[in-house]
Amino acid sequence: MDIKEIIKPENLVYKKTGLMTDNPLSYCPGCGHGTAHRLLMEVVDELGIVEDTIGVAPVGCSVLAYDFMNVDMQGAAHGRAPAVATGIKRCWPDKYVFTYQGDGDLAAIGTAETIHACNRGENITIIFINNGIYGMTGGQMAPTTLPGMRTTTSPYGREVEMMGNPLKITELIAQLPGVHYVTRHAVHTPRAVRKTKKAIFKAFEVQKEKKGLSFIEIVSNCNSGWKMEPVASNIWMEDNMFPFYELGDIKIDGQLVTK
Amino acid sequence: MAKFRGAIVVDTEHCKGCGVCVPACPSQVIGLAEEVNSKGYHYSFMANPEACTGCANCSIVCPDGVITVYKVKLEV
Repeated sequence: MDIKEIIKPENLVYKKTGLMTDNPLSYCPGCGHGTAHRLLMEVVDELGIVEDTIGVAPVGCSVLAYDFMNVDMQGAAHGRAPAVATGIKRCWPDKYVFTYQGDGDLAAIGTAETIHACNRGENITIIFINNGIYGMTGGQMAPTTLPGMRTTTSPYGREVEMMGNPLKITELIAQLPGVHYVTRHAVHTPRAVRKTKKAIFKAFEVQKEKKGLSFIEIVSNCNSGWKMEPVASNIWMEDNMFPFYELGDIKIDGQLVTK
Repeated sequence: MAKFRGAIVVDTEHCKGCGVCVPACPSQVIGLAEEVNSKGYHYSFMANPEACTGCANCSIVCPDGVITVYKVKLEV
């Protein structure tokens, strides 16, 4: 069978969702941000809540998220996306509000806003992209950087005695009573992508039922910051990031998952 | 058992040649081209089109969403 006979509109299986704009993504080749953006927009598209969704874009690599996601978006000061989302959600309780933040934004600069929004149990969804580094500013050490990991501000590797321990903010947040659903996923393989999409579906359902905050961490690569090729960085992530940041559900229906 | 044939169409101008789709393909269909696009990236293409089953694994891991997948069921 000729390829031209296969490529027909009626045989279409998968194409990029229409909720992603045609602007070329500003991310580095192989960066997980693009996949996470697309998954989020696929979920919004499939739930049919385009008109009722408001996103809050942070500061960091994903600062231009509003250029790529074709839903209503609001910019926020560095780390303050959960505070802005709180305001939006309280004005329009029936809208779906999500924030999309990186680890430098959520776990360092916006720790206070994140923890208090979670503790108040605002009905918002937080998507947290953890790549263990400040990607946009050139690969500096973040709170989530692993011990021994080389960054531009820890060129001999992160020394725990001097620079402190990495912060598992997701586990920290799971302890708070206002949080209903906490989970950690990745987007580097087809299987991981499918699981992440299910988790985002669940997070929006939690928000619809007004049960509390839903928090999804996506462990991602930063191949430019890690100074690796994209595929090698995904393998490095599996070998080094996943043992520390274990994938899976951490809190379901308000109950901590015991392992 | 029914057999499937698939095909992918890559938006070569927007492909950044990261190669994440290459190990994601269970049938080793995809390769990176010798040629480059206008930005200098070696875009991905179907190096072995006969083996494609249209599973869409490549397109769901593509960070830039440049892969469109088509699939037909073959009558046996």
